[in-house]
Amino acid sequence: MYTLELIAGLLLLCAIAYHLGRRRAFSVAQGNIRHLHSLPAYYGLYVAMWCGLPALFVLFLWTVFESNVITQLVLADLPQKLRSLEADRLELVISDIQNFVSGNTVSGEVDASIKAAGLHYQRLQFTSHAALAVVILSLVIGVGFFSLSRINAKQRARNAVERALTGGLIACASIAFLTTIGILMSVLFESMRFFKVVPVTDFLFGLKWSPQMSIRADQVGSSGAFGAAPLFVGTILISLIAMLVAVPIGLKSAIFLSEYASPRFRAITKPLLEILAGIPTVVYGFFAALTVAPFIRNQGSLLGLEVASESALAAGLVMGVMIIPFVSSLSDDVIRAVPQALRDGAFGLGATKAETIKRVVIPAALPGIVGGVLLAISRAIGETMIVVMAAGLSANLSFNPLDAVTTVTVQIVTLLTGDQEFDSPKTLAAFALGLVLFIFTLALNVIALYVVRKYREQYE
Amino acid sequence: MSAGLPRKKDTIEIVRRGLKKRHAAARRFKFTGVAAVGMSLFFLSLLFVSIFSKGYSAFRQTYVHLDVSIDPEILGVGAHPDMNALANGDYGGLRKAALRTMFPEVKKRREKRALYQLVSSGADYQLRDAVMADPALIGTTLSLWVPADDDVDMLIKGHIRRELPEDDRRLKDYQIAWIDRLVAAGRIENRFNTILFTAGDSRDPEQAGILGALVGSLFTMLVTLSLSFPIGIAAAIYLEEFAPRNRWSDFIEVNINNLAAVPSIVFGLLGLVIFLTYFDLPRSAPLVGGLVLTLMTLPTIIIASRAALASVPPSIREAALGIGASPMQTLLFHVLPLALPGVLTGTIIGMARALGETAPLLMIGMVAFIVDIPTGIFDPSTVLPVQIYLWADSPERGFVERTSAAIMVLLIFLIVMNALAVILRKSFERRW
Repeated sequence: MYTLELIAGLLLLCAIAYHLGRRRAFSVAQGNIRHLHSLPAYYGLYVAMWCGLPALFVLFLWTVFESNVITQLVLADLPQKLRSLEADRLELVISDIQNFVSGNTVSGEVDASIKAAGLHYQRLQFTSHAALAVVILSLVIGVGFFSLSRINAKQRARNAVERALTGGLIACASIAFLTTIGILMSVLFESMRFFKVVPVTDFLFGLKWSPQMSIRADQVGSSGAFGAAPLFVGTILISLIAMLVAVPIGLKSAIFLSEYASPRFRAITKPLLEILAGIPTVVYGFFAALTVAPFIRNQGSLLGLEVASESALAAGLVMGVMIIPFVSSLSDDVIRAVPQALRDGAFGLGATKAETIKRVVIPAALPGIVGGVLLAISRAIGETMIVVMAAGLSANLSFNPLDAVTTVTVQIVTLLTGDQEFDSPKTLAAFALGLVLFIFTLALNVIALYVVRKYREQYE
Repeated sequence: MSAGLPRKKDTIEIVRRGLKKRHAAARRFKFTGVAAVGMSLFFLSLLFVSIFSKGYSAFRQTYVHLDVSIDPEILGVGAHPDMNALANGDYGGLRKAALRTMFPEVKKRREKRALYQLVSSGADYQLRDAVMADPALIGTTLSLWVPADDDVDMLIKGHIRRELPEDDRRLKDYQIAWIDRLVAAGRIENRFNTILFTAGDSRDPEQAGILGALVGSLFTMLVTLSLSFPIGIAAAIYLEEFAPRNRWSDFIEVNINNLAAVPSIVFGLLGLVIFLTYFDLPRSAPLVGGLVLTLMTLPTIIIASRAALASVPPSIREAALGIGASPMQTLLFHVLPLALPGVLTGTIIGMARALGETAPLLMIGMVAFIVDIPTGIFDPSTVLPVQIYLWADSPERGFVERTSAAIMVLLIFLIVMNALAVILRKSFERRW
């Protein structure tokens, strides 16, 4: 809260600095702004920028290090008895102190030494806040007046402001890159810790998955097994069912909409199909679990088939429906990109419309279609909510679509929701699964882009 | 010469003979296309019909008319109680007494307990609020409508079937008899369900509402929008207008395309490690949810904004540069305003996707059971899709219709947002 107030104050100071800078520019130009290098507003922005950016930087560093420094100072003043505690007990003491400071009720009565330390902490925090305000204020005033005094008619204020803006743009553009790094780092490091406990080969090729680690070593079922093969099989099975639904229907829809349908029909139907893509996956999951799965189970029992109540078929079918618009809109784009001359040539040779499409248009559009299907597969593999709600938790190594299977994403969710310690192999396993998922989908995307680029027919 | 002609005729004959078959094949081919489109539309309507038919009844709720005599003795307060005593009074006792006076013949312990279950325990809070607002009510008889228990609600709405054997349904025969008497006496009514829109989550379906989740979604979306919109535009501007065409900008471009296809749950893992463990931000808070969703929607916004910037014709840029504007001025004052409708459309579509997203938020603890309505971006909260997930997991029949109702609310929001995007595109789209 204090930081927010400081930032608000800083913004106010910047606004004043902008105004002063602008006025100074006018007075330097003696009322005729044609004497200036830049428009007066740029001089204002220039001063405001010099006031704001260094102060923000200091504020940021201060906030990052403040609580650490204060904690160290408080610790140094703690009684010897408390200071000689082991690291994890010491953490408890620190959190007790911090709770006392923030006014939360500490469990039980407050120890006198902790109370003293808490008061010490509060005093230090107060000093730090006051010091921060003084530092920032003097920085703003000092730098502000310095840059104000430097304003003259020849100064290239616009260029300076634009350079700073460009720097900001670059910073924003690199966030995308930082995100990738962040994803890699977060899954990679945790996975490496997991692979220290469970060997990579056991994880990738093991046939048994039961991540229940016991708390005590002598408990029943204490042997956690982390063979992820059943999860991979389950993921592939469900994705396969989904693709069996989505590819034929999506592709045929795309062909019909781009080759046969009247513009009017197309204008109505295409947005309707895209609604399917805009429905949240949790809605599909609800639909799969409450409508489709019981339906399949009832139909199966009428035919005398044993269908699990959380069958792979239900999840796969619904996921397929979700992916239809994905396949159809990607295929639609590439089919429409095939030049009319190719069709006219085929018609000229006496081919029927269906033959033209099958023998000429589709082969010409094939790389794009394959790329789209690969992207759709990566979508199916990474899809979470449908399988969490409609597929089971039991890791069966089965290719029977009527069995209950589980997937990589389902296991990530089950391992990481709920309360458990962060360092157990059980939670770390989720990151290993995340790593596999990330690498696999990344590879599919890269291959898809490569296929599209490499085999794209260049017309004209 | 005479040898060639019959052969030519033969060729035509061969073609003609095959023609019927080929036309039939063409018709079949076209038919499969129609069937595919039809099937997609069928799935769409099936989904909507299924959700609607399950959910529309949740907008009504069964209420029971109770005459509660506010007896200070049962309430456990004196004749002139202070507010503190009133707040801690035994309002459950009042409710039970009111039910007992309505059905004086019920004596057995087990049956009494069954009787008390007809009315939601939420009625106690309603009573408390009424008495605390007007302490003069003590000693009088208050007549009010209170929400019925979810089982009663389900029976009235026909979701619990009377034909089932007694052991297979959640209401006993004598309970159904009491309910029928209440109906005959006009003491049961079906009204618009305001609780659904004014309450937070609850374990009891009749007291559960979506307001908490809606407010949580609102805060999360605010964080997402205020970060992803400026950052997305800035990144798009740099990549489209200023970045030198070299390996580095190629790499960033490939990177963004790949990020758009990374499964959303992986972003949840990132949030868990970076924001919760490393930066120690509060669990379950809209702030963290918004940060994760920002990273997730950024690629969408950047790609859409780049397309919008690229569609502004070069003549605009050249004209501005020609009269002496700097590249940055050209961009900020001429190109960006023209590209803004496209940028906004992309942003709305990205936000719609973020609003429906569930999986990454499960990873950062927004899946907790939270009764209170959040008041800021640091409060623990949940969002609408996660609420749907939580309710879908609950076994009570009353939650099935509430889940569907919550889905309907979510879909309405999404439809409005998408319609807005379409209108924006239609009304500001410019052909150059």
